Amino acid sequence: MPPTAHAAAPAAAPPAALPQGSPVPNRPITLFINGHDHVVMVEDRTTLLDALRERLHLTGTKKGCDQGQCGACTVHLDGQRVLACLTLARQAEGSAIATIEGLAGADGTLHAVQAAFLAEDAFQCGFCTPGQIMSAVACIREGHAGSEAEIREYMSGNLCRCGAYPHIVAAVQRAAAALPSEASS
Amino acid sequence: MRDFAYHRATTLEQAGPLAARAESAILAGGTTLLDLAKCDVVRPAEVVDITHLPGLADIRADAESLHLGALVRMAAAMRHVAVRAACPAVAQALALSASAQIRNMATLGGNLLQRTRCAYYRDPASFPACNRRTPGSGCAAAGGVTHHHALLGTSEACIATYPGDLAVALVAVGAVIEIGTRWMPAEDFFLLPGETPHREFALEPGEIVTALCIPASAASRRSAYLKLRDRASYEFASVSVAAGLELAADGTIADVRLALGGVATIPWRLHAVEAALTGRHPTPATLREASLLAMQGATPRPDNRHKLDLAPRLVHRALEQLLQGDAA
Ligand SMILES: Cc1cc2nc3c(=O)[nH]c(=O)nc-3n(C[C@H](O)[C@H](O)[C@H](O)COP(=O)(O)OP(=O)(O)OC[C@H]3O[C@@H](n4cnc5c(N)ncnc54)[C@H](O)[C@@H]3O)c2cc1C
Ligand code: FES
Ligand code: FES
Repeated sequence: MPPTAHAAAPAAAPPAALPQGSPVPNRPITLFINGHDHVVMVEDRTTLLDALRERLHLTGTKKGCDQGQCGACTVHLDGQRVLACLTLARQAEGSAIATIEGLAGADGTLHAVQAAFLAEDAFQCGFCTPGQIMSAVACIREGHAGSEAEIREYMSGNLCRCGAYPHIVAAVQRAAAALPSEASS
Repeated sequence: MRDFAYHRATTLEQAGPLAARAESAILAGGTTLLDLAKCDVVRPAEVVDITHLPGLADIRADAESLHLGALVRMAAAMRHVAVRAACPAVAQALALSASAQIRNMATLGGNLLQRTRCAYYRDPASFPACNRRTPGSGCAAAGGVTHHHALLGTSEACIATYPGDLAVALVAVGAVIEIGTRWMPAEDFFLLPGETPHREFALEPGEIVTALCIPASAASRRSAYLKLRDRASYEFASVSVAAGLELAADGTIADVRLALGGVATIPWRLHAVEAALTGRHPTPATLREASLLAMQGATPRPDNRHKLDLAPRLVHRALEQLLQGDAA
């Protein structure tokens, strides 16, 4: 997202922190991420994805397309999987945000879905993997991991350019066997 | 993405005037608005987040109708028992839309107002000519790749397809759109491009869609949504059909509702096919002949001619599926 050219000449001397070409200043907001409050300076147009990656250096959440088409940026907002690239950081104020960084236990024990991705070798380059895993956690919780066909349908929002789909499906099945779902609990 | 200011509205009275300001845009789930802002197709100076407005996220059903608040998320509507019972076509249209993530984010009101996926419309840097985006600038699609473009409801000025699924089901079952204190049939909400393709919806600046309302009917209760796509999932319709059916005691068709998606500039109600079926016995020959009327008046292009065959076949299949439901 390059700065815009049209507003590049500020009339009065702006505060030093004002990014070039931005009439809307940075403002502090509080985001509740992985169980902790983070105060972060954002512009109103800053997406949750850019706030996570560029401001908070939580780079586990990936930017693939930046347009809602690939799922690499999948995070959870109040327990629901959403796309961080099409969510403004300010829209996420007041919600509980969960990212891939918060998935493993405090002692480093992997989440069942992470362990299943390792066990099934469910990636090649790994770029889509954090999004796949966050999506899979929600998919299982929603009760949509009942069959291979159901997994493929409910994981279709996560593209894998390496084509690791058969292994991803196997990993979701393996993890689903180990985890409760809303539908069954 | 260009800069804009963000406002979180807390009452409808506050949101309306804010949204009516010249360079203001309503923000709901953001899955269309932020996408188009990144494409530089829409350039709001301020966005008004309406998702915190109270009372607009209810689903209620009674004997007369099914009421869906404009802020209900797609995922919530598709799995709601009242929606599945009152209008399976709507539940199925939503379930076959976008992805699980987008369905958690997107609202039903925003869904209606999603914009065409025309590649020329979405890329102003490469294709300055687009009458829908910039009135009078021309149409880059006319001489371009038209695989996804419309065959019905087109004009000299614009051939962009309306991409949504939900609206096709709503138009078929005669839904009504609630805009604050006024009401409008869903069929009138979507505007044909004509000479003014930039006017897409029958909404004035600042007007907020507050609810969708589906009148109770036998045809709505026995309805279905079928969608053909270029890939199996997470894809817009190549052709889709919303169909609803009511049979009389003597086995003739008492009421039939049909609309097409993926082939027209607006959700396309099939009045001619409905008329050819109403009062008739649903014999295979009658179904086939009536279905052939689906693409009446179509203007095909080299890349989308296959839809002339595809659409009638899908209409036929939808009707057969609803009739088989009767036998079971
Ligand atoms: C990759 C991808 C795939 C998709 N696939 C499909 C698909 O297969 N089928 C399908 O149907 N859709 C599909 N969509 C479109 C998606 O369903 C829409 O983007 C979504 O429903 C829009 O809802 P929203 O709440 O996010 O709207 P927003 O983006 O917030 O708003 C959309 C528009 O409506 C206006 N608006 C929003 N709410 C109101 C209101 N209450 N009153 C007045 N104006 C309002 C906004 O100003 C904006 O112009 C897809 C989208 C993406 C990105
Ligand atoms: S980066 Fe968000 S969907 Fe691709
Ligand atoms: S592992 Fe490379 S994109 Fe999925």
